Amino acid sequence: MNTPAPLIEVEKLEAWYGKRRILNGVDFTVHPGEIRVIMGGSGSGKSTLLRHMLGLNRPVSGSVRLFGTDLATASDREKLEVRKRIGVSFQGGALLTSMTVGDNVALPLREHTNLDEQTIRIMSRIKLEVVNLGGFQDLMPSQLSGGMIKRAALARAVVMDPRLLFFDEPSAGLDPVVSAELDELILRLRDALRMTIVVVTHELDSAFKIADTITVLDQGNVLMTGTTAEVRAADNERIQDLLNRRPREVHVDADEYLQRLVGETE
Amino acid sequence: MEALTRPLGKLGRATAEALGGMGYAAMLLYESLYLSAFGWRIGQPLRLRAVLEQMRQIGVDALPIVCLLAFTVGIMLGIQFVSALGEFGAQSQVVIAVAKSVTREFGALITAILVAGRSGSALAARIGSMTVSQEVDALAVIGIDPVRYLVAPALIAMLIMLPLLTVFADAVAIYGAALYSAPALDITPSAYMLQTMSLLDPGDIGQGIAKSAVFALLITLIGVSTGFSVVGGAEGVGRATTRAVVLSICWIIVADMIFSYFLNR
Repeated sequence: MNTPAPLIEVEKLEAWYGKRRILNGVDFTVHPGEIRVIMGGSGSGKSTLLRHMLGLNRPVSGSVRLFGTDLATASDREKLEVRKRIGVSFQGGALLTSMTVGDNVALPLREHTNLDEQTIRIMSRIKLEVVNLGGFQDLMPSQLSGGMIKRAALARAVVMDPRLLFFDEPSAGLDPVVSAELDELILRLRDALRMTIVVVTHELDSAFKIADTITVLDQGNVLMTGTTAEVRAADNERIQDLLNRRPREVHVDADEYLQRLVGETE
Repeated sequence: MEALTRPLGKLGRATAEALGGMGYAAMLLYESLYLSAFGWRIGQPLRLRAVLEQMRQIGVDALPIVCLLAFTVGIMLGIQFVSALGEFGAQSQVVIAVAKSVTREFGALITAILVAGRSGSALAARIGSMTVSQEVDALAVIGIDPVRYLVAPALIAMLIMLPLLTVFADAVAIYGAALYSAPALDITPSAYMLQTMSLLDPGDIGQGIAKSAVFALLITLIGVSTGFSVVGGAEGVGRATTRAVVLSICWIIVADMIFSYFLNR
């Protein structure tokens, strides 16, 4: 049996902020139907990697292809076609604050389809029902709680029935119950709508609950990609530190430290 | 040595930043115009509704304040010209002096400064807060070009409404001057207005309109480029808003001076 072509191909991806290297030759692929969690501590490069996957940042070297299209070199038309097939739920929701929840959810439909207004309203209300926000369409984002904002953002992300869905830190800032509800929702979406889902998170419980496969990032390097069982059994010290919530040991060379402190002012 | 190189380094960095800012604004201008004209070809059509909404915010909502200020400036000019020209027994020249100074200079300048304070700052604040809260990123990943969605409607609306507001301000300012000056000149306000119309060239009004179009570009581009460049959360948005207003007013006055020099030689 042929393996289906990967939906995401990241090859030798490097990213820099000024003189600081954030991603160091990252390689991985995500196949259709998978829930892939990209996991790592703070500063591991997760968010930068996500921005590259979404085409918001241009790679310094290496490439990211979604559905076989490299967003860095694609034409405007090709980029648009890819973007119609993906959905993104940002960490803070990123709902447009000047619009009602209903208009936020309907926005992609209004921009990218020729559907009549009545159909658009019905479709966006269906998606709001899916995320348990039925009846909230007339509220402004400022009137919603953190968990509701994330669910509304999810409704907007899935309104075009994308094949590929990205989540940036879905559990961040939520209480454990709401966080667990969101995890359930992610699993339901995959099962009901057959989406491929990429979740960027540092929440271990959530990661192991929803993931089919996990890519572990540390200081811009992929430490491993594997199933949840493989990651748990990994003999890599950094992975075990991460899983057991052990802080990284910092070794300081006195001379180097002094040089760092005074170097800028010399 | 360091005392000499440090200020030079700062100057160099500031120059590079200013040039970078101008380049960024030029790129936004090009993209906005391109997407306004040809965006429909790449699935990024300019929405008429968004342009109309911006026209309402920039133009219609500004009418009361523009009216008040233009009227006040007109009266002030009337007071000054009646008094100053009266010293030379040249009160008969008040009508033409007010008419030319309002249409060529003050109408466009006062309106632009007002719109920079109202709409330029609002653009910077709106886009700045959207940048900080990842709304701009959200637009991009939804497949909505942020320049087409946020910049192009504002630019088109500003290019239409600022010249219209300027013509409106011209009329109100001259009417204000007429109300004050007509009794001093021993004529009726309507005779004053008729005399103004007979003395004005279309070129005088055209000069103000041409200036206002340039001011419209400056206000929009400074507002949006400052907004997109926001870093540092709510405090950054506040800084950007202030910066947009100050920069807009500075550039408006500089551009006005350059215009006046070349058009009145």
